[in-house]
Amino acid sequence: MSTVTNTQKKAPAGERVADWADGRLGIYTLAKANMRKIFPDHWSFMLGEICLYSFLIIILTGVYLTMFFHPSMNEVEYAGSYVPLQGQLMSEAFNSTMHISFEVRGGLLIRQIHHWAALIFLAGMFVHMMRVFFTGAFRKPREINWLFGFLLFFLGMFTGFTGYSLPDDLLSGTGVRFMQGAILSVPIVGTYLSMFLFGGEFPGGDFVARFYSAHVLLLPGIMLGLVVAHLILVFVHKHTHFEGPGRTNKNVVGMPLLPVYMAKAGGFFFLVFGVIAVIAAVASINPIWALGPYRPDQVSTGAQPDWYMGFAEGLIRVMPGWEINLWGHTLVLGVMIPLAIFPAVLAAIAVYPFIESWITGDKREHHIAQRPRNAPTRTAFGVAWITAYMIMLIGGGNDLWATHFHLSINSITWFVRIFFFAGPVIAFIVTKRICLGLQRRDKDKVLHGRESGIIKRLPHGEFVEVHEPLSQGELYRLTAHEQYEPAALPPAVDENGVERKVGALEKLRVKLNKGYYGDDNQVAKPTLEEYKEIQSGHGHH
Amino acid sequence: MSTQEIPEENLPAGQDTAHGAVKVADNPFADPGLPPHKPRVQDIDEKAARRSERAVAYMFILSMLATVGFIASYVIFPVDKNVYIWPFGHVSALNFALGWTLGLALFFIGAGAVHWARTLMSDVEMADERHPIAATPEVKAQVMADFAQGAAESGFGRRKLIRNTLFGALAMVPLSGVVLLRDMGPLPEKKLRTTLWAKGKLLINMNTHEPLRPEDVAVGSLTFAMPEGLSEHDHNFQVEIAKAALMIVRIQPEDIKDKRELEWSHEGIVAFSKICTHVGCPISLYEQQTHHVLCPCHQSTFDLSDGARVIFGPAGHALPQLRIGVNDKGFLEAHGDFDEPVGPAFWERG
Amino acid sequence: MKKLSARRRHPLAAVVVLLLALAATGGLYAAFAPAGTAKADETAQSLAIEEGKKLYSVGCASCHGTGGQGTSDGPSLVGVGSASVDFQVGTGRMPAQQPGAQVPKKKVIYSQAEIDQLAAYVASLGAGPITPTDSQVDPAGADVAKGGELFRTNCAQCHNFTGEGGALTHGKYAPSLEGVSPKHLYEAMQTGPQNMPSFPDTTMPEKEKKDIIAYVQAVNGEKTVSPGGLSLGGLGPVSEGLFAWVFGLGALIAVAIWVAAHTAKAKKS
Repeated sequence: MSTVTNTQKKAPAGERVADWADGRLGIYTLAKANMRKIFPDHWSFMLGEICLYSFLIIILTGVYLTMFFHPSMNEVEYAGSYVPLQGQLMSEAFNSTMHISFEVRGGLLIRQIHHWAALIFLAGMFVHMMRVFFTGAFRKPREINWLFGFLLFFLGMFTGFTGYSLPDDLLSGTGVRFMQGAILSVPIVGTYLSMFLFGGEFPGGDFVARFYSAHVLLLPGIMLGLVVAHLILVFVHKHTHFEGPGRTNKNVVGMPLLPVYMAKAGGFFFLVFGVIAVIAAVASINPIWALGPYRPDQVSTGAQPDWYMGFAEGLIRVMPGWEINLWGHTLVLGVMIPLAIFPAVLAAIAVYPFIESWITGDKREHHIAQRPRNAPTRTAFGVAWITAYMIMLIGGGNDLWATHFHLSINSITWFVRIFFFAGPVIAFIVTKRICLGLQRRDKDKVLHGRESGIIKRLPHGEFVEVHEPLSQGELYRLTAHEQYEPAALPPAVDENGVERKVGALEKLRVKLNKGYYGDDNQVAKPTLEEYKEIQSGHGHH
Repeated sequence: MSTQEIPEENLPAGQDTAHGAVKVADNPFADPGLPPHKPRVQDIDEKAARRSERAVAYMFILSMLATVGFIASYVIFPVDKNVYIWPFGHVSALNFALGWTLGLALFFIGAGAVHWARTLMSDVEMADERHPIAATPEVKAQVMADFAQGAAESGFGRRKLIRNTLFGALAMVPLSGVVLLRDMGPLPEKKLRTTLWAKGKLLINMNTHEPLRPEDVAVGSLTFAMPEGLSEHDHNFQVEIAKAALMIVRIQPEDIKDKRELEWSHEGIVAFSKICTHVGCPISLYEQQTHHVLCPCHQSTFDLSDGARVIFGPAGHALPQLRIGVNDKGFLEAHGDFDEPVGPAFWERG
Repeated sequence: MKKLSARRRHPLAAVVVLLLALAATGGLYAAFAPAGTAKADETAQSLAIEEGKKLYSVGCASCHGTGGQGTSDGPSLVGVGSASVDFQVGTGRMPAQQPGAQVPKKKVIYSQAEIDQLAAYVASLGAGPITPTDSQVDPAGADVAKGGELFRTNCAQCHNFTGEGGALTHGKYAPSLEGVSPKHLYEAMQTGPQNMPSFPDTTMPEKEKKDIIAYVQAVNGEKTVSPGGLSLGGLGPVSEGLFAWVFGLGALIAVAIWVAAHTAKAKKS
């Protein structure tokens, strides 16, 4: 080649391309900050990646599906290859979904990947959110990113719901009917909202097309923006890491983006896609041919939404049928109350970071992922929240619990009604006890060393287990966590003898703070003095 | 809970004698810093490194083979071919083959890349310093000054007329968008209060599409009906059946506890709306021995022998009953529309 | 809890209702059933009734009374017809073993010949739905798609889209239709066993019952195709959600653990 002679004068082709781009995009400055950016290694730090990749998979497969799906509710007679539906009337939406599943080669696979990835996306976000919650990774400076993540979960639920409704099958139609009934219950404007959303009376001929634009454009557009913002903030804040030798609040220890995380994170995308593709090969999801086309006078037992809406389904199932009729108007409490509790429960976890930072009054940055046991009250609150959520999931599937465990559906409903309130309280108390117990065990380990399993007989015949002292690294890991001093109200009179005024809010804050960090709510970590006294063998054989 | 009292017998006996005196530095709790890097087999043994290299390459080759398999499956298997594969059952050969080959092709790229990173790329841990997110006071001061200057130059604070009219304009302009939403749908008017049922309309059996006679309806049986004149092919069928769907059962007149229900029945044949009053599921899980009907969606339970009142679950009021009778040709007919709105409750329902 | 809820209504109430319901069904059936089909072999018939009576007095009389008049433990069998007997005994539900919310399907303990004799005896107590012939229940040539529509209108609300079964109130349930023979499906629709309502020929003609049988066999038979893979019990989003959490997210977390774990270090030599 002629260029061979020029190699000494000219830079390699790649470099020249990079130079060109740098002159226009400034990529060298960007790369300087990010190319060797450090990411810590921990499996739980990859949960967010599961979400990101399943989101990408959903977008890729979703684009493919739009090429075949007809978002129309015109009635057609089915003439495809699935015999048990031939000649049946159905909407074009259902008909085209049948076409994707039975006539388009690979269409069924893409449909199944799309739906499985959606379920895993939501499940991944739930677990990711809990990881961030239990390790306190939502603390300053990450509160806004926590909210972005929460919004992604919330919008993901509705993107999922609109997508689930598009095929216009009997199951999803029943779900849409439920939604319409819920909208009708809204005081004053309910009927108007319903008429406007459905273009008239339910089901009308518009909702598939309207849900479609929300499902493929509006909601994923917002979500994509939030995902980008979420990732930018992860880069700006740098990832949290767990405490350990050399890992402090002022640094981040791990491997560089280039090459290790490029390979690991890039490879993980393919791993996630591969696993979901195999799941779509072996397990059927939303077999609409078995469900049949939607008709408002038909229904099947076991009508549930996808899992992420199961919590709302549970609320609506176990609510008593309260209805108030006054002055010619109806207040449908039996539907409205669950409709209000649903966002309230989600909001409780969303605003938690702000409540905790108000209680602690801590304005510093935190980059250490805490061990859940070292924040017992928060951990207990989180477990209580999950308990309430899970109890409602049980309520949402009460009919299947009844048939599969030979129980009475009425008893399950009563169980859920009671334990939606009692369960979280019990979970809170138990979790807090467990956390404090684990703190004590850590303290024991620090002071007395690790149980080695070696039994030794002393000269006077006593058997004892040899405890091995911990390495300094391990001692550091178990004692590095911060412990807050419980807050106290300022003295009732100040130094000049003037009575001090303390607001009710401040009194509440101090009370809550004591609940977090007071005497019975955390185990003081071992002090150097305690350690030295024990280790020096002072006063022992 | 400040200091735990540790009973003496719990202390490890002979620790110092067994292991020599524990080295207690000045501060054993101090951060010892990052531990020194320990090499992997691949770092010190070139043979092991080459084994890893081969393993990675094999994975990439397997991925290529899987992609070839994907294309081959796409060409070979007809879209309607089903095969029995244990334990999955009778499945589509194409879906199964495409899913596995695509899945493996993707998985092996990922597995190869990760194995490469884990065994051959440097695994020396490094530390990046963090810097405070917040700006330094100097930067902040500069920004505040710039802002103050910009704001002053704009005159935004001083020229209140401009400011207030701008706010007014910005507040009003979205109204156009709201107004545009008006044609999303019609106003509710009386739409939710009326159904196709009217005086003299025959009850058409949903199964046979024939009008029902009283003698067709046996005690303990369950039948669904729609109003005469409605057809599945009508363009408004879905909207109409969503309100007009009817559930017909026959109960021995002496078992009917509600007086009005009996009056509105024909010799114990009662017709109730099939649409649940909770959120509108087609309710029809009829238990013929108990006369209870259960909603499959949210388990509202109604007693059809007692005016269809709610006996369990989230529904707020009884199922509306349609008053029926027999015409002079011996067919069941409606005596009018429902006297209350069917389906879920709403604000104006009253 | 189950027992408590089952006893919330007095057992006798259900018995009385059942008695009336069955009597009325039988009565109506008698009024409309084509007469004169069973004149064939009267001696063989009376022999079967005799044999059936013997079987009845041993296996059934303790609950249903010596003459089928019913007791506090079991409803009257007058007018329930041979189809009821063939269904109840042929699916093992009768003789019942223990009281409960519902009598479950069990191992069948009578031979078909014995069941026929029992049915003949019970049918002799009062006219009722007659055991269908093989040609009556044969779904060959039936309209599967129409059957599907009928199934979704009349059956799916209790038995689920593809007949996997579902829950009713207070521990009762609609059983799975998997593996139920066409004859028993037909008889169940005809007679309305236990809490199931009946779908008599007057409102659901024989041809439509065949359509439904054909549909059930198509979507819940041994040869039913689930093109997408495992059908996960045919239960819809609950089992799909569990699968996504356990196998989907579970597998991905397992992979994540591998990706993030430190590679084994070389042993010190």
